[in-house]
Amino acid sequence: MNVWIAIGLTVAGCYLAKLLGLLVPAGVLERPLVQRMAALLPVALLAALTAQQTFGDGQQLVLDARAAGLGAAALALVLRAPFLVVVGAGVLVTAGVRALA
Amino acid sequence: MAEQTAPPESTGTPGAIAAGPPGPASEARPDKPDAAVVRDALGVGIAVGLSGFAFGVTSAGSGLSLLQTCVLSLLVFTGASQFALVGALAAGGNPYTAAAGAFFLGVRNAFYGLRLSQLLALPRAVRPFAAHWVIDETTAVTLPQPTRRAARIGFTVTGLTLYVLWNLTTLVGALGAEALGDTDAWGLDAASPAVFLALLAPMLTSTTERVTAGLAVVLALTLLPVLPAGVPVLLSALAAPVVLFLMGRKRKGPGDGKGSDGTVTQRKKGERHS
Repeated sequence: MNVWIAIGLTVAGCYLAKLLGLLVPAGVLERPLVQRMAALLPVALLAALTAQQTFGDGQQLVLDARAAGLGAAALALVLRAPFLVVVGAGVLVTAGVRALA
Repeated sequence: MAEQTAPPESTGTPGAIAAGPPGPASEARPDKPDAAVVRDALGVGIAVGLSGFAFGVTSAGSGLSLLQTCVLSLLVFTGASQFALVGALAAGGNPYTAAAGAFFLGVRNAFYGLRLSQLLALPRAVRPFAAHWVIDETTAVTLPQPTRRAARIGFTVTGLTLYVLWNLTTLVGALGAEALGDTDAWGLDAASPAVFLALLAPMLTSTTERVTAGLAVVLALTLLPVLPAGVPVLLSALAAPVVLFLMGRKRKGPGDGKGSDGTVTQRKKGERHS
């Protein structure tokens, strides 16, 4: 049930955010500070999510195969690999390290 | 639909976007044939649409049912928020903090809509439907189009291709994950952080973004052991206002008002990619 609550809230919230942009008159959200905050917020959230899902295990910090996988994904990004290759590299290396361990 | 934004001119690699401003200026091609717009749109739509597979696998691996996974792709349809939600739920976060994190990631779509609404000039009755497709990729394809007709074609073709593929590949990914059994053994728990990193990388265009990302990581990892699941990520979002405040103060010191004007212009240019 909890999962459905979360899904319902996310569906509603994300849709309203999308709709808001199309409905409000231009100018309301055009203030420079608001714009900059909107650009920077995803940066902070994505960075935090990356760290949490790589080094977090419940409420514990761990260093496991995922760190190696993330390193591989980062390398793929540096080499300008396509999106799917980046994700694939992360998955494969994580599985490989686990299989060896 | 990983929120990776590939400008139509690029080959669809995340790295190509990292450079920031889109390649050729839109003024350079006043008369763009419809077929060229469709080609741009299909390129982005197909490449990113396929990554719904990663979401399907991750969501099923996080313990969501097939129906829940597909409902997310059908009705949320903004990749980063979807990944964030299933990640937070898998980590044991309560539904409200999980949804809040997903919502904050979705807020940027409001700013895309603002830009698109001027360009597309949609009738009021169409807007509630078009809104569902206002995401990184449709914005990246639509904004550089030279005419309203091209913009509308670009938006529609990208949106339709991406929506159909993203949902199909979500279904296939979720079914595949169920067949695989223990998804961790296959390293699939690394798909989600890899996706986040791939979305983040093109956004790290200047010091402001890099400092924000660094601070957010430190906050998230420091708070992780002491706060309930989901809360550390939400609090890490504070890195954004903190860095903006500090950068603003630093600018005011040596220069005058002009410095901050320059920053604003820069940010506006980069904003469509974030």
